[in-house]
Amino acid sequence: MSHVLLRHRDIPDINKLNVYKKNGGFDAFKKAVTKMKPNEVTDVVKNSGLRGRGGAGFPTGLKWSFIDNKSWPHYVVANADESEPGTFKDREIMESNPFQFLEGLAIASYAVGATVAYVYLRGEFWQVAAFLDEKIAEMEEAGYLGDNLFGKDYSLKIFTHLGAGAYICGEETALLESLEGKRGQPRVRPPFPPAVGLYGKPTIINNVETFTNVPMILANGADWYKSMGTSDSAGVKIFSLSGRVRKPGNYELPFGSTFRQLIYEHGMGIQDGRPIKAIMPAGASSSLIVVDEKVLDTPMDYATVRTLGADLGSASVIVLDETVDIDWVINKTIHFFKHESCGKCTTCREGNHWMRNLTDRIHHGKASSEDVTLLLNVAKQMQGKCLCALGEFSTMAVVTGIERFPEDFKKAVKA
Amino acid sequence: MSKQVNLTINGKQVTAPDGLTVADAAKLAGIDIPVFCHHPKLEPVGMCRMCLVEIGRPVFDRATGQPVMENGQPKIQFMPKLETACTNRISEGMVVLTESEKATDGQRGTVEFLLTSHPLDCPICDKGGECPLQNLTMEHGPGQSRFNYDEKQHLAKHVPLGELIFLDRERCIQCARCIRFQDEVAGEAVLGFDERGRKTQIISISEPGFDSVFSGNTTDICPVGALTTVDFRFGARPWELKAEASICSQCPVGCNTTLNTRREAKAGGEIVVKRVMPRQNEEVNEIWLCDKGRFAYHYTEGKERLTKPMVRKDEKLARASWDAATKFAAENFTANKKDFVVLASGRLSNEDLFNLKSLADTVGGESILYSDMSGGELTQLVGVGAGTNLANMGKGDAILVVASDLYEEAPIWWLRVKQAADRGATLIVANPRQTKLDRFAKYTIRYAYGDELKTIHDFEKKSKISDEFAKANNAVIFYGSEGLGVSGTYGLASACANLLKESGHVGKANNGLVGVWQRANDQGAFEIGFRPAEDLAKALKGKAVYIVGADPVGDDPNLAKALKNAKFVAVQELRETETTAIADVVFPAQAFTERDGTLVSGERRVQRFHAAVPPKGDSKPDYAITSMLAKQMGVILQSASASVVFEILATSVEAFNELSYEALAQVTEQWPFVGRNDMYYGGTTYENTKGLGVQLIPMAQAGGTVRIPKVRKEAALRPKEKELLAVPSNKLYDLGVTVRTAEFLDQRIGEATVSINPATAKKFDVEEGQVVKLSYEGVQAEVAVKIDETIATGVALLPRGMGVAIHEPVVARVQAKSASGKVK
Amino acid sequence: MSLDKKYSKEVKQILSKYPAEHKRSAVMPLLYLAQREEGYVNKEAIQDIARVLDMTETEVASIIGFYSLYHDKKAGKYRMQVCTDLPCALRGADEFLEKLCGNLGIQVGETTEDGLVTVEAVMCLAGCDRAPMFQTQGPDGIKYHEYMTVDRTMELIEALKGDEK
Ligand SMILES: Cc1cc2nc3c(=O)[nH]c(=O)nc-3n(C[C@H](O)[C@H](O)[C@H](O)COP(=O)(O)O)c2cc1C
Ligand code: SF4
Ligand code: FES
Repeated sequence: MSHVLLRHRDIPDINKLNVYKKNGGFDAFKKAVTKMKPNEVTDVVKNSGLRGRGGAGFPTGLKWSFIDNKSWPHYVVANADESEPGTFKDREIMESNPFQFLEGLAIASYAVGATVAYVYLRGEFWQVAAFLDEKIAEMEEAGYLGDNLFGKDYSLKIFTHLGAGAYICGEETALLESLEGKRGQPRVRPPFPPAVGLYGKPTIINNVETFTNVPMILANGADWYKSMGTSDSAGVKIFSLSGRVRKPGNYELPFGSTFRQLIYEHGMGIQDGRPIKAIMPAGASSSLIVVDEKVLDTPMDYATVRTLGADLGSASVIVLDETVDIDWVINKTIHFFKHESCGKCTTCREGNHWMRNLTDRIHHGKASSEDVTLLLNVAKQMQGKCLCALGEFSTMAVVTGIERFPEDFKKAVKA
Repeated sequence: MSKQVNLTINGKQVTAPDGLTVADAAKLAGIDIPVFCHHPKLEPVGMCRMCLVEIGRPVFDRATGQPVMENGQPKIQFMPKLETACTNRISEGMVVLTESEKATDGQRGTVEFLLTSHPLDCPICDKGGECPLQNLTMEHGPGQSRFNYDEKQHLAKHVPLGELIFLDRERCIQCARCIRFQDEVAGEAVLGFDERGRKTQIISISEPGFDSVFSGNTTDICPVGALTTVDFRFGARPWELKAEASICSQCPVGCNTTLNTRREAKAGGEIVVKRVMPRQNEEVNEIWLCDKGRFAYHYTEGKERLTKPMVRKDEKLARASWDAATKFAAENFTANKKDFVVLASGRLSNEDLFNLKSLADTVGGESILYSDMSGGELTQLVGVGAGTNLANMGKGDAILVVASDLYEEAPIWWLRVKQAADRGATLIVANPRQTKLDRFAKYTIRYAYGDELKTIHDFEKKSKISDEFAKANNAVIFYGSEGLGVSGTYGLASACANLLKESGHVGKANNGLVGVWQRANDQGAFEIGFRPAEDLAKALKGKAVYIVGADPVGDDPNLAKALKNAKFVAVQELRETETTAIADVVFPAQAFTERDGTLVSGERRVQRFHAAVPPKGDSKPDYAITSMLAKQMGVILQSASASVVFEILATSVEAFNELSYEALAQVTEQWPFVGRNDMYYGGTTYENTKGLGVQLIPMAQAGGTVRIPKVRKEAALRPKEKELLAVPSNKLYDLGVTVRTAEFLDQRIGEATVSINPATAKKFDVEEGQVVKLSYEGVQAEVAVKIDETIATGVALLPRGMGVAIHEPVVARVQAKSASGKVK
Repeated sequence: MSLDKKYSKEVKQILSKYPAEHKRSAVMPLLYLAQREEGYVNKEAIQDIARVLDMTETEVASIIGFYSLYHDKKAGKYRMQVCTDLPCALRGADEFLEKLCGNLGIQVGETTEDGLVTVEAVMCLAGCDRAPMFQTQGPDGIKYHEYMTVDRTMELIEALKGDEK
């Protein structure tokens, strides 16, 4: 099957403007601007069943339809912050199939009436940003960005903006704060960005992968897209596979593909053929899934993965084999969250500080079993009380780790 | 009145104005939801997670739009998670549970999290006794810490954020109230967070540190003992303090204050003022106070206080009895009746000024207000209407500030005008140099010193700005004395008064003219009939002068000369000054902290202050001293108490008719509620129980005829090639009698300077910091040069109250003193 | 020379990305500019940025403090930031870092004697499938180095040394 998103794997040099154009590039954008009303574009995306690829899986067309038309100007922002441990798909898209992403961003901008769009990249993507700047310049040169596009009364500019090392800036309201030149700390929601976003104006924020789907949907129709994937989760998804697999990397598969297909067919199985102990399907923010044969045959879509007591999230599948100690895993994830907690809300700021102390002690064999119970309590005490999802995420591996892998913790604490 | 919303909180039916947050609505209904980051004067942020409650809303049928019913009751859908009461706005039919098991559990959790990083030093903490964290821990906290004490972070506990405010990093709970206050309310974002996560901490890297005249307010709203003032930290425990209501006497805003007092071993067992705190008056200062008002109260104490009357004998001042001293003065004044002059300042209360005026009038003497600014007779006519509250001004309204640097002259007006602009009011700032208010102005008008009248006259001509001003629903003009003296300010006042009258902005609340006076009760002095002299030196020469509450000798060499040539000088003062040093007789007066009285603010609000500490030595209230002196001169004046004097004043001065101390003591409920011990923490601001004061009704509102004299522009001064135009301006922290005793303000006071443009500096070959000789009108003074590019070329700006006084623009010469005469 | 004078063209170009009334948005790109030469933002640059963007110096400092790619202290010319986060650690990143530091004779967070390289451990860099990996933050921006071994890293350091001369 040919790729929908990672098309550079099928078409060499698609990151060159003429190659992209030759392969139907910008036809969809042109069609939108010249033949469709903005809300018609939104309707096609709505009908396609496309859901956001940033983690929450919110229906994309529905989000676009929330844009507040009483307040102007509108903005569109691409979330290229990609900082969830285990996630590296947006980077590949931007490095290798940049025009398809930019075209998707342009179509979205047209659909919601934005004349300026920003791509917010994590600061580490310095080279990617420079590359995108080149591609944007090429598009301007070729008349795909700028004033009066396709001879119509529609103008669009796209700018890149680099973050500077803060995972929280992937959270959409923190991203907006950061883009406004402030500390990247989440805002209270509601109001949501489609009502009050960048500079207080209606703003649509989507993930890079989400946008990259859009040109293909517009070109091939909503039904074509819906024909892939499952009824709950339409279309294809890029799975970032990492951990103890033989062949880590990005794999574009239809929703509903099984863990087994991903890990064994594409990832070539586990190093040294060891058994899998656990899977984290959504990066460091994941719950830990205890793996058995049935789990391996579970189709990966948003609804079904939830039945395993986890979220699919950004589909960053980290595979842990039987040699991995779970107390070590949560020590790692808590170090991450403690480092990345923005510090705005008490629960996450203090909770992660406390959890870090506890997981350190547990992992270094300096804790008692009461400490494990306390850790579980602290994590649960945080749940449902944080300002944004980061705090919530930080508890997932801890709670499921302790509850689902009690043996590892028994071993870790001194008798 | 805004729309009302019905909801239920803990089963109680509550009705509250639409738009309120759940936390505020609950507070209005008498239910305390614990908060830390939430403050009703700040935008909600929901970051501390203290106010977690359960919130449910009625379910509506999509098709019919009707509420879905369940067992005869509207069906309520609760949010799956706990919600923050401080960010959710109330809505019709909402159900809130603040004390359910789930909510209490959430609140307890937050307190526990906060305590994981909080030190256990309550017994030595300044906030102990008025600390919400302490109160909340008692109420909601876990009995015992589950956190490993050894893993607690230890952080610096005495971090100076500037020389006035200290930070205890361990105590800070990162609620950002201080940062948000500085950013949102004060508009000076000089505090910020450094780092993130658990490392988050407050910093200020401005020069000087925490560069804002509102800094003290952050210590009030800090919900823990993390921020303290250099003045009060480790000074006393809140529960040892007595509180008495007062009015700040530093500027014409008239902020309501509370004086906290305590018996102090260090002061020889005397009862002294330990701190000045804001007292809520939403129409005047809300719950804020500027740093000058908060810190510059020390002058009422100190060694230099006068405690005994003194009479000059053989060239020296010697102690005397009250009887002997007043008799001595009376004899001299009676002997020089036709030369009798009362020189009084707006530092005095209405009662004092009334007795002084009565005395002068009865014996046929003159009464002069010690001020460089005039126009109070016009604010009596077209001052802001009764009911004025700057907090009600916003979109559709206009405010013009002319010839005034409000930040330096009346900081709380600056703050409230800025906030009106934030709410959408059209702010127009007209000044000869840039001021901090410009940033918030929609229009700034820059004119040359001397062109004030022209500027207002031009304003009356058609232009976009004047159009917007004329069409505004409400309009207020603040005029000041930047670069102007008595006649100049009078001219400006009349031009402004005319502008307001012509555009219909008089005689109503939130409309009219406000004088940015040099002293707290200048407006009161005008009401009582005092007027400033155009040429004070001339007016004093060869006279028998009774000087009350002023230090002309210290302020101005020319006045010193005039007084040396006076027939007789009696001085009534708090402290030794350069004027008492030349006096023939000295009367020790009580400070405003030691007695009762009333002041009239620039917005013409009459407000009472109360005695908080016992008087020093034999000192007496000014009105009583005047009455004793008068008696010796055969004039009977009341002096039994301030209220008795006020009663007579109220019947004699028309504007005060019907006013009484009782009327001034009235209070109505104010929002937000500020309690000191509740879970819903408004800050350490004191509740107002002693009266909100009463605004005088201007003639235009009372229906009288308002005739405003037109003033012709005087010819502007034209300095010659080698000369400069020296102009006066006002400075917040100056060397005035009431400021200089607070030593920790030294850095902010600085020294006498003359500010000039870089080009001017080049022309006269002087540089920053160099001490130069400035000569004008026979005076020679030494001042340090300050280079300031916001000042026009050829102009020398001289702040008043720094020992080098000019009262109005003068032509001056500058001479470099010595190249080595650099000051730090 | 002030930052806005020295890089006037770049500053102008950066400012043109954002609406004039929201020029504060430019603070992050300007901070990158400010630390281009010395690897950290000094006090003068903070003042310059504050002035250009109408912010207070404290606000600018507060941004530097929040983001991990801005530095307020001098370190090695290149910061070698090794990802040791969970996915990379599952592929030997911790061992790689340890060995690398051993070879360089420094601890994590320290700078080599010649002042060339500071080695730091950082969180996930979105290169999880190509671990061990790190980024170098230096005068020429940020670059990724993936599928690394200690030997190849030492070669890289030698090459950086070459650039020095
Ligand atoms: C802590 C946190 C980090 C996030 N990081 C990212 C990210 O790096 N990239 C992303 O696209 N979405 C991220 N999200 C999700 C965004 O908030 C937002 O939901 C998403 O950008 C919406 O786009 P979508 O609808 O296309 O998924 C993050 C959310 C949270 C709470
Ligand atoms: S949950 Fe964490 S990251 Fe989110 S606002 Fe709170 S402190 Fe910041
Ligand atoms: S979160 Fe509501 S008071 Fe702080």
